[in-house]
Amino acid sequence: MSGFLVDAALISLLTLIAILAVRLHRLFAVVMLSGAFSLVAAALFVVLDAVDVAFTEAAVGAGISTILALATLSLVPRDEKPHSIALVPAFLAFATAAMLAVAVSDLPAFGDANAPIHNHVAPEYLTGSAEDIGIPNVVTSVLASYRGFDTLGETVVVFTAAIAVLLVLGGYTRPRRRNGDRDKEDGNAR
Amino acid sequence: MQDDPVIRVVAKVMIPTVMLFALYVQFHGDYGPGGGFQAGVIFAAAFVLNAMIFGLNRGRHVWPANLNLLAVCAGVLLYGLTGVASMLLGENYLDYDVLGATPQAGQHIGILLVEFGVGLTVASVMVALFFTFAGRMTHNRLLDRMEAQDKDAKRGAAKQAPKKRSRT
Repeated sequence: MSGFLVDAALISLLTLIAILAVRLHRLFAVVMLSGAFSLVAAALFVVLDAVDVAFTEAAVGAGISTILALATLSLVPRDEKPHSIALVPAFLAFATAAMLAVAVSDLPAFGDANAPIHNHVAPEYLTGSAEDIGIPNVVTSVLASYRGFDTLGETVVVFTAAIAVLLVLGGYTRPRRRNGDRDKEDGNAR
Repeated sequence: MQDDPVIRVVAKVMIPTVMLFALYVQFHGDYGPGGGFQAGVIFAAAFVLNAMIFGLNRGRHVWPANLNLLAVCAGVLLYGLTGVASMLLGENYLDYDVLGATPQAGQHIGILLVEFGVGLTVASVMVALFFTFAGRMTHNRLLDRMEAQDKDAKRGAAKQAPKKRSRT
């Protein structure tokens, strides 16, 4: 019963934060709410016994993403432009949500031991990890050894993100420009 | 740059603690929750905190941008080369069994190296992203101020407020 109460509280908090984040137009508040959303999601992952995921969500989602979003916010206007509800995108969003809701009813029950995902390679990993790799945290052995290629790919994605940002925005050591030679520079550069 | 002594002192206590915790998360990932991704983000948070409290210039002085870029590449390289090493020793790519005396020891070494590569890349990427965005901000402020000065000089008394940045 208490488990149900905790789940219900966390999920209603998540929904509330999500609705607020959509409704508010002050982007500073939206960034803070997205950080709070990540933190509540992390708590939900702890309830689901996925501590590694919770740790990542808290560190990346609530921590560094919020800081990066705030740094971005200092470069763009503070307020979202007010706009009326567009019918076609709204219809598409609701249709997608409805299809997802239908699809959820087809998923195996939560924690079902006979679900396909628990009968493919997972038993091999869980039973083999102690013998093959010999470390207590199975998540690490799956992440770094069994699925080493995936993690290599993820690392390369992070690497690519940094290279892209540095190429687009990295000109912070550019020499000072004056109004006078801006026209000249524009003529040359474009 | 923060002048409040409370914030500065607390930051000075917190930054080494955060770094130590990041190292713990990095190298204790085999035994508890954690690993390269989380440790990298936490380690970067220490640098971000340092730059937020003591100013971007001092942050750059502590950890220069070119060194950071080197770390971004070194992490990915360490990961990839661990795979190449296991290939050279006669196993599949990223199969760490051959890296140590026994397959288990090899796995331990391989996971440690690979996780360290992930941590190095993630930490330096986060620092690079933050410094780039924050550096952009100060750069724009500088341009705004210079434009305003130019206007003052040209028109004598500038009647309008300093122009918003025209190029971002």
